[in-house]
Amino acid sequence: MIRHRRYFVPTMLAFGFAFLYVPILSMIVYSFNNSRLVTVWDSAHSPTLKWYVLLFQNTQIMSAARLSLGIATLNACISVVLGTLAGLALVRFGRFKGRTLLGAMTAAPLVMPEIITGLSMLMLFVAMERLIGWPAGRGITTITIAHVTFSMAYVTVIIQSRLANFDESLEEAAMDLGARPHIVFFRVTLPLIMPAIISGWLLSFTLSWDDVVISQFAAGPSSTTLPMVIFSKVRLGVSPDVNALATLMVLIVASGVVASAFWVRASERRRAREMQLANP
Amino acid sequence: MTTPYVRIDHVSKRYGDTVAVNNVSLDINKGEIFCLLGGSGCGKTTLLRMLAGFETPSSGALYIDGQNLADIPPYERPVNMMFQSYALFPHMSVEANISFGLEQERITRPEIKRRVAEILDIVKLGDYAKRKPHQLSGGQRQRVALARALVKRPKLLLLDEPLGALDRKLREHTQFELISIQEKLGVTFVVVTHDQEEAMTLASRVGVMNRGEIVQVGTPRDIYEFPATRFVADFIGSVNLFDGKLSEDEPEFVRVGCPQLPAPVYIDHGMSAPPGADCWVAIRPEKIELGRTAPAGPDNWAHGVVQGIAYLGDMSVYLIRLDSGREVRVTQANRTRKPEEQFKWDESVYLCWDAGSPVVGMG
Repeated sequence: MIRHRRYFVPTMLAFGFAFLYVPILSMIVYSFNNSRLVTVWDSAHSPTLKWYVLLFQNTQIMSAARLSLGIATLNACISVVLGTLAGLALVRFGRFKGRTLLGAMTAAPLVMPEIITGLSMLMLFVAMERLIGWPAGRGITTITIAHVTFSMAYVTVIIQSRLANFDESLEEAAMDLGARPHIVFFRVTLPLIMPAIISGWLLSFTLSWDDVVISQFAAGPSSTTLPMVIFSKVRLGVSPDVNALATLMVLIVASGVVASAFWVRASERRRAREMQLANP
Repeated sequence: MTTPYVRIDHVSKRYGDTVAVNNVSLDINKGEIFCLLGGSGCGKTTLLRMLAGFETPSSGALYIDGQNLADIPPYERPVNMMFQSYALFPHMSVEANISFGLEQERITRPEIKRRVAEILDIVKLGDYAKRKPHQLSGGQRQRVALARALVKRPKLLLLDEPLGALDRKLREHTQFELISIQEKLGVTFVVVTHDQEEAMTLASRVGVMNRGEIVQVGTPRDIYEFPATRFVADFIGSVNLFDGKLSEDEPEFVRVGCPQLPAPVYIDHGMSAPPGADCWVAIRPEKIELGRTAPAGPDNWAHGVVQGIAYLGDMSVYLIRLDSGREVRVTQANRTRKPEEQFKWDESVYLCWDAGSPVVGMG
């Protein structure tokens, strides 16, 4: 029994990792394939970087990437501000009238089917354009608004949980020391919830960066985001330059994760060293 | 008679149907250390938070130095608070924590620097100015919290369980340090605590609270030696309480008959109540003497058997079962090492006490 268990855990671990990462690995490997056919490995001329070269020459993909980057950044910034405000209102303002409603409404986009959100957004934009003339046509503005509606919900949840275990006596202490409420917020509350705000920003950025369904509804003819380009390319058959594009995206995300992990570990170590100095 | 510095005037605080603070009136003098002592939920912290401005009284008024605090928000009150959790800003150094309060006033940079250095010197943390709170020990954090509140030179400093988070050795040391800092700066302190030892050593006066009301105000000695009610007698220190009936009441003495005691209790002061009235008698364990021979007088004695002994080094606590079945605590100082001064398990002993020792009260 014991002997079996010695093999059981490593085997399950290997299966787990394979399940998660084999698809991504095969995609990365095939991005260096010379063949036009994605599923056939051309061992004579591989590996090659030709798809990467083609990718950077493809103006459609490059402009879509720039558009996605812009929308994702703008979305993350707006979502963080609105989400933080909503989180603060829900945790800090006590039992005001309509609190339950606000809580339910901010959480609704988390569970709402994307297709419904997208469709209702489209109908809203069309109706608004007819009534007040804004937003004129669909493009960056409408995609950003649509993305903010669901990103904000995630930020609200993150901020809410951070504030729930926030020691309120810190804010009282600041007020007791003579700080007016806005100074308390900017000098005590904000610095202390900054980690939650940063992770909310990163999450909103990623949500917007890879959204297809809602963007599809909110986008106009001249505004095609990167995921939409990939999606439409794949519909005509998978081409190897999509593999190359996806590999680059994985690379960027992975290096971001690794860098932040290193940063966290370095600051932990610095803190441990300072602790040692403090108690010799 | 000078006018009181801090005045709490018929203050009540209600949360829905529950009354946290019930019609409390208190006068606190300038430069004293006043302790609010009571169990958890007795309203002491609510009273403190009303002084700081975090809660508003449901009725009544608060004054400091003649100024009504009613419409003054916490950030404009001449009051600072030391929180139970210390509430140090974790993202700021010791220096930044202390200067935070001064930066909110119109004070020049060099002046802030000077005052921070001065207070760091007083709390003996000069070498730790650049540390973050998480790099400090519990005692050091406590001193930073104190410095941060004192640097504002408040008219009144509120301390919420100031020694609660420290271990025993450190507490004793810090208690005396706190008193010496208070004497040096002359700030009025209001301390909230559930720990009677803390209240006794720190306070010049103690206010005992129970169920939102002030039960007794007095010096630590008054409260201990002359508790006004049965609750105070029982709450402060350990005590042996007996129910009884007043048998004689003269101007200069009273006699109380207690069913649990073989002899009447004779007390050397009058109390002007009708004979036969129900009353209680409280005798402190350290005021009872143990002996092997029957005492001479007709009053103030009892007889029992040693049921338990706790040897504490400097003294021993004896649990004695009286002939009536009642158990009584007696403490005896271990003044010598002579074996005849120590009593053994199951030994038959006589208890006696001075006519000035018991406290008698009604209700």
